[in-house]
Amino acid sequence: MSGTDNFESVVKERRTEAVAEFHEDKTLIKRFQHALHTTPALVPMIVLIVSIILFGLLIGNRFFSAGSLTLILQQVQLVGIVAAAQTLVILTAGIDLSVGAITVLSSVIMGQFVFRYGLPVPLAILCGLGVGGILGSLNGWLVAVMKLPPFIVTLGTWQIILATNFLYSANETIRSQEIQAEAPLLQFFANTFKIGADENGRGGATFTYGVIFMILLVIVLAYALRQTAWGRHVYAVGDDPDAAQLSGVNVRGTLISVYALSGLICAFAGWALIGRIGSVSPTSGAELNIQSITAVVIGGISLFGGRGSIVGALFGALIVGVFSLGLRLLGADAQWTFFFIGVLIIVAVAVDQWIRKVAA
Amino acid sequence: MKKLLAGSALAVIAMSGAAFAQEGTSACLITKTDTNPFFVKMREGAEAKAAELGISLSSYAGKVDGDHESQVQAIETCIASGASGILIAASDTSAIVDSVKAARDAGLLVIALDTPLNPIDAADATFATDNFQAGLLIGQWAAAQLGDAAADAKIAFLDLNVSQPSVDVLRDQGFMTGFGIDTKDANVIGDEDDARIVGHDVTQGNEEGGRTAMENLLTVNPDVNVVYTINEPAAAGAYEALKAVGRESDVLIVSVDGGCPGVQNVKEGVIGATSQQYPLQMAALGIEAIAQYAKDGTLPQPTEGKDFFDTGVKLITDKPVDGVESITSDEGLGLCWG
Repeated sequence: MSGTDNFESVVKERRTEAVAEFHEDKTLIKRFQHALHTTPALVPMIVLIVSIILFGLLIGNRFFSAGSLTLILQQVQLVGIVAAAQTLVILTAGIDLSVGAITVLSSVIMGQFVFRYGLPVPLAILCGLGVGGILGSLNGWLVAVMKLPPFIVTLGTWQIILATNFLYSANETIRSQEIQAEAPLLQFFANTFKIGADENGRGGATFTYGVIFMILLVIVLAYALRQTAWGRHVYAVGDDPDAAQLSGVNVRGTLISVYALSGLICAFAGWALIGRIGSVSPTSGAELNIQSITAVVIGGISLFGGRGSIVGALFGALIVGVFSLGLRLLGADAQWTFFFIGVLIIVAVAVDQWIRKVAA
Repeated sequence: MKKLLAGSALAVIAMSGAAFAQEGTSACLITKTDTNPFFVKMREGAEAKAAELGISLSSYAGKVDGDHESQVQAIETCIASGASGILIAASDTSAIVDSVKAARDAGLLVIALDTPLNPIDAADATFATDNFQAGLLIGQWAAAQLGDAAADAKIAFLDLNVSQPSVDVLRDQGFMTGFGIDTKDANVIGDEDDARIVGHDVTQGNEEGGRTAMENLLTVNPDVNVVYTINEPAAAGAYEALKAVGRESDVLIVSVDGGCPGVQNVKEGVIGATSQQYPLQMAALGIEAIAQYAKDGTLPQPTEGKDFFDTGVKLITDKPVDGVESITSDEGLGLCWG
């Protein structure tokens, strides 16, 4: 851009110079650090692959089979969907503690609107999704407009929504068999297709619609975050809201849209929850907030905002799933799962801090 | 700080105890959570009985199962309010003992509901389900139902959580005893070496946990044909997992609780048999005991041969077997809670 006469040769010269300079301090570790910085999903992906191989070697075919590996997908589908929502919020340097509460309240609304008020099932589902979006927007409004810290806002709405859930549902479970008979659409995400199953429908890879939804959701969001203006704004707001504001980003609008979308995704998770457990149960999903944050952190997404990829969150959820099933198959006490997940969280944050140094 | 507060509350009570006693009897009910239908029913039972006897009742609950702190605060509040007695379903049966002692020292009658304290005599009385008996009944039923096949059954155990609370241990080990499995140390889950045990996993007592645990144990051994579950939501989750692999009709699921959705599941063949307990009865009897104590200082007496007052447990199944007393699901539906 310097406007010299001999443009090409200048560029060539500069490039050789620059490369020579870099070579001096670019050790293998530095390169790795740089690669991690540009591709944040790399660490969780490596951990995921290594842990699958490790458990595969330790356990053998019972673990390393299409059936077991797709079972892990089914077991993490809820955490995976909610972690996608959580990722959006955390990318803006926020946190959403109300995700689990929104998920379960949405599922209860879908169920009760059908069974208590006799609404048509699609309408009840829309109501559930709408409530999720509205609750998310409320979080966003409190964060973006009222300027309250996200942790405090969602700590409050978490409890409000959960209490509403119990008050409204009166702790009543709607049984799987009733839903199947009267409102099968509520269990839509439980539908499966199998690849390579035997004639009895046993074995082989099993994918539920919930799993497919989770994967599609992550792909769509990954595209939106990387390739659209909105996505870049999300990163910008998380990195430095003041700089983003000065560059003409609508910070307030972006924040509200992120929380609203998070709420909507949680409502979809609520629908998937009905598919997963068959019934509508107000006591389910209570730990989704912690589980989703765990997945996001293990997935290498920085809690300080602005860095990380949503694919990493999916890997994070899968790592937890692999450890849970793997350790169960090894016959280990369930307590060990928590132990190793705790270790993974600390390691993930330590790696995040280390990667950050490359930017400094 | 906590101790200090309790202490000063005590002093206040000691000075003004006489004045409170004349203002009519009041009682406190402290449950584990407000979210579990079991405790909701317990509260309803207590409220109804309190209204009948003209006692004022205050209810408290932990935020989640295992929320010990809230229960300690509730006891302190009850002492300060000058209640005659406390009914408590303790989340942490050992840690709560100090607070319970403070209440008893202040002259309150403390009755443990549903869950015995550790040690059991830390409370004045315990009104509870015999959880070992509850497990024993479904174990005996499952063994009788299988007949000769019981000798090579493949049993999955869906327990509550990793901390192995007493209710978890009692039901699990009760089932084993009923089924004819050597429990080794009856205070610990997981030290058994019977080849029929496929494995234990934890469910948190809900559908999602039940489904995941069942999937895990099916991966350990796809030939599981008996499933013990800590409660009916876990059983419903296990059923979904079995349905997903087409095994729902050839696996025997047994459970404990007797909630209405659970009994309905027995009626429809989802659950083979369940042991029903009676939370409403526990609370109602507890309120009566406090009223009696406030009137003339009579302490409630435990059931003969047990160190607690047994509020009863019944086996519900539509496939009765010889030698195990049971009622049908239709009868069970008339008695169910939640």
